[in-house]
Amino acid sequence: MKARSAILFGSALAALVVGALASTHVTAADKVDPAADIKAFQNFFFQKFPNVKHEDFANGPYSMNEDMKRQWQEKEEFPPYEFALDAGKEMFATPFKNGKTYADCFPDGGIGIRQNYPYFDEKEGKVVTLELALNRCREANGEAPYSYVKDEMASLTAYMAYTSRGKLMDIKIPDDPRALAAFENGKRYFYTRRGQMNFSCASCHVQSPGERIRAEVLAPALGILNAMPIYRSEWSSMGTTSRRFVTCNSQTRAVPLEPQSDEYRDVEYFLSYVANGLPISGPGARP
Amino acid sequence: MKRSLSLALLLAVIFALPPARAATEADYKAAYAAAEAASKEATGLRNQWTTTVATLAAAKKAADGGDFDRAIAAAKEAEALAKASIFQATSEKEAWKTMEIR
Ligand code: HEC
Repeated sequence: MKARSAILFGSALAALVVGALASTHVTAADKVDPAADIKAFQNFFFQKFPNVKHEDFANGPYSMNEDMKRQWQEKEEFPPYEFALDAGKEMFATPFKNGKTYADCFPDGGIGIRQNYPYFDEKEGKVVTLELALNRCREANGEAPYSYVKDEMASLTAYMAYTSRGKLMDIKIPDDPRALAAFENGKRYFYTRRGQMNFSCASCHVQSPGERIRAEVLAPALGILNAMPIYRSEWSSMGTTSRRFVTCNSQTRAVPLEPQSDEYRDVEYFLSYVANGLPISGPGARP
Repeated sequence: MKRSLSLALLLAVIFALPPARAATEADYKAAYAAAEAASKEATGLRNQWTTTVATLAAAKKAADGGDFDRAIAAAKEAEALAKASIFQATSEKEAWKTMEIR
């Protein structure tokens, strides 16, 4: 049965490819042009949802559904991420064994800088996310790295997001071919179909935002990282950006990549850049 | 007469069975090796499917329990899944662009 569906799936794909080949016109758009991409990306969502205030795209699924938004705003009086936030604040202030703190690793002591992550590190030639920078800070100070998907990492990023609330996402793409390649790679990852269900990130977060999948309302891809990290009732805990990517891959029956693999770093770079100008709203809470 | 017939049957069973079983296990091993190779290729393309991994594991489990018919069926299914994922990864090298917001 399953083998047959795999084969059926294969022929469906083949049909798709033929279609794709037929409609592929070789355009000059193959040149990497982040400025053109952000414009097209934001316009797409602004036009698709003309009644959503632009800054509201930073609130994930709540921007798509008024009822849900009201329930959430009521909950915000006693937000479920508060515990993580307090823990993160304390961790941030507690010195490592060598007497240094996280503040020593970041510009402005790490306060109010979330909107600048991820950034392209020209020395390393790669994208550096906030989660990665936090673990590198720990390792540079003789501490063991944390799991990328929860608990301590979520608490730390929750605190750093909180001190940056309202600041506008401000991701830079330096004029460096490696930075442009990372951006392009992230874009490709975002639009590439994967998993047995043959879905790309865009299948859900571009083609279907506002629609329900099981009990959840799909968030639009625009501003989708501004609320990270998030508390989710379904997880009964906090989750980082890494955790969300892993979960979204698994949903389509794709084996997730390792947290902070090049692809995940690059897709975070792409999605953050196209959200430039939208406010940081994290940490978030989801039903 | 009757006796020799049952003896012949018995002998046939004794001699026929082991080679048939051995052939079955060898078939399984070949099917599994083919599935595993395709699955490794999919991993190399960074496009492994959870269903391929699960079906390969099911093949192995059936074989460990001596059920080679089921093991072979599962291995073939895993190979088909892995091949579909390879096809997907290969065609998406260009096809992703059709999804792009421009
Ligand atoms: C099968 C549909 C599906 C696909 C494909 C998918 N996601 Fe998701 N994603 C969801 C669902 C469901 C949620 C939870 C509801 C929501 O917030 O959208 C979610 C949530 C998210 C969130 C958190 C949004 C928020 O505000 O809480 C991020 C970030 C995200 N996805 C990124 C991705 C990325 C990157 C990919 C591609 C690797 C991807 N998703 C692919 C279904 C999908």
